[in-house]
Amino acid sequence: MKSVRITRLLAAAVFAGSVAISAVAPAFADQALLNVSYDPTRELYKDFNAAFAKKWQADTGEAVTIQASHGGSGAQARSVIDGLEADVVTLALEGDIDAIAKKTGKIPADWKTKFPNNSTPYTSTIVFLVRKGNPKGIKDWADLVKDDVQVITPNPKTSGGARWNFLAAWAWAKQANGGDDAKAQEYVTKLLQHVPVLDTGARGATTTFVQRGLGDVLLAWENEAYLSLEELGPDQFEIVTPSFSIRADPPVAIVDGNVDKKGTRKVAEAYLNYLYSDEGQKIAAKHFYRPIKPEAADPADIARFPKLTLATIDDFGGWKDAQPKFFGDGGVFDQIYKPAQ
Amino acid sequence: MTAHSPTRWRFRRPSVIPGFGMALGLTLTWLTLLILIPLSGLAWRSSELGWASFWAIALDARTLNALRISFGTAFAAACVNAVFGIVLAWVLVRYRFPGKRVIDAMVDLPFALPTAVAGIALATLYAPNGWVGQFLTPLGIKIAFTPLGIVIALVFVGLPFVVRTVQPVMEEIDKEVEEAAATLGATRLQTIFRVLLPGLAPAVLTGFALAFARGVGEYGSVIFIAGNLPFKSEIAPLLIVIKLEEYNYAAATGIAAVMLVLSFVLLLVINLIQGWSRRRYGYGA
Repeated sequence: MKSVRITRLLAAAVFAGSVAISAVAPAFADQALLNVSYDPTRELYKDFNAAFAKKWQADTGEAVTIQASHGGSGAQARSVIDGLEADVVTLALEGDIDAIAKKTGKIPADWKTKFPNNSTPYTSTIVFLVRKGNPKGIKDWADLVKDDVQVITPNPKTSGGARWNFLAAWAWAKQANGGDDAKAQEYVTKLLQHVPVLDTGARGATTTFVQRGLGDVLLAWENEAYLSLEELGPDQFEIVTPSFSIRADPPVAIVDGNVDKKGTRKVAEAYLNYLYSDEGQKIAAKHFYRPIKPEAADPADIARFPKLTLATIDDFGGWKDAQPKFFGDGGVFDQIYKPAQ
Repeated sequence: MTAHSPTRWRFRRPSVIPGFGMALGLTLTWLTLLILIPLSGLAWRSSELGWASFWAIALDARTLNALRISFGTAFAAACVNAVFGIVLAWVLVRYRFPGKRVIDAMVDLPFALPTAVAGIALATLYAPNGWVGQFLTPLGIKIAFTPLGIVIALVFVGLPFVVRTVQPVMEEIDKEVEEAAATLGATRLQTIFRVLLPGLAPAVLTGFALAFARGVGEYGSVIFIAGNLPFKSEIAPLLIVIKLEEYNYAAATGIAAVMLVLSFVLLLVINLIQGWSRRRYGYGA
């Protein structure tokens, strides 16, 4: 009696399962793209995906659904390495795409040459977000290590954005001290002593600063800072642009191994190329990313970006050198954190 | 040589309860798939390290600190839960009052709530500008972004373990036993410590062990309230995540293996104490 019931139950479950699968299956008949991206691009790609889908439909008559996955840049890269079938990756750091290339071979080693401007369609920089009225009078990097100032930045070990923060601080201190690396290390060490919390990602650090009221200044992606301002009202915070910062280049790449398997190469290429089109550049500027073709964007959007001197990752010998030297196991970050305990 | 001895060793004797063969087969398959294979994968991955670098990682000052913080806070939280779990179970078992079923249901909430949600809620509450934090900050008490914050998060996620293991055992102890103790002239404290608690000891230890084990591995609820400063409030699971961010799978599994061994030893010790207290004091569990 009992066993009969169980068999029936099993049959019902199998039947229900197959119905569910067949109900989902037609969704795959259309072209579908998976864009694996990092945290602060959520809003940008929501807009951009809609625009691209419309364009693709108009050009080819095909419908395309674009799925976006967001998270910490390194964690996202790891998902792709572990088999997430991303068609394109749009990550915070070159090093993360390099890692996918190296570990899986699904991306060619020379991926940077496949799209214009080292495969970087838009750039950003690191700025300060301070509380309204700037009560601690923070103007530039030197003010961050004053006695009573608390700085919020995520952990460079777990956050791509935090690595840009770290290098921006280093680059400023280095040029302010006539190119002296030892002085730069001294400054960054001191800066880290002013950090009360190391969140694991950029969004977490923003939350700590904005919602928990902790700290006097948040080191943030420029687009993230403007976004916080827009979301939370400019009556609580203001942006301080330092005299000197770093040009943060979030690159993009096609995951060849996956698009060839899924037959989505054409649409994936069109998708990334569309980032470089006038419309794509306009959307990037609207979301506070600095477009590489500013003339294509809305002048009002471009006017929001203050001019400042920018170091680049090449000043550090590129990510291939900088990543292991500063953030690798036993690297500079590990070394300077020890005395701080 | 006894009379009935064509003693071939038999794996099992025929039993009146049916299904042993199938159930054991299923159990072994299930355990292998879900526990043994992942865990041997862990051992295999960390064996890529070789002994020298395995010990270098395991004995690294930062690893040791993270392990100390993880196990220390989990232990403290489990102790707190053991004490207050007993009190909660006591109230729920022995008294009738309005809203009892609501409170009984609330105990399980930490099971149901995604740990990240709990973590964000706790961090908001105990941050210097939070509902609770704003009153503690002027007193110089910092909870969020210190190990104390980690303990609070772990107390939250571990509470149901103690209550739910102690509650049924407490229900089994007849009220009459306590009443008899009282009529025999025991004071209330004597009743608690000499009649009630010894019987509950095995159950409390089980709850303690569960809450402790959960706390050691907890990530989601802790990460928001911990502050994550190396050497101060960095938990071992975060260190594992950091190693993964560096694509250093071997080191990550190395730390995981250390945690696993430590947890296993500690749980074994707790089990031994539990067995001893059961033999000593009797009662269920």
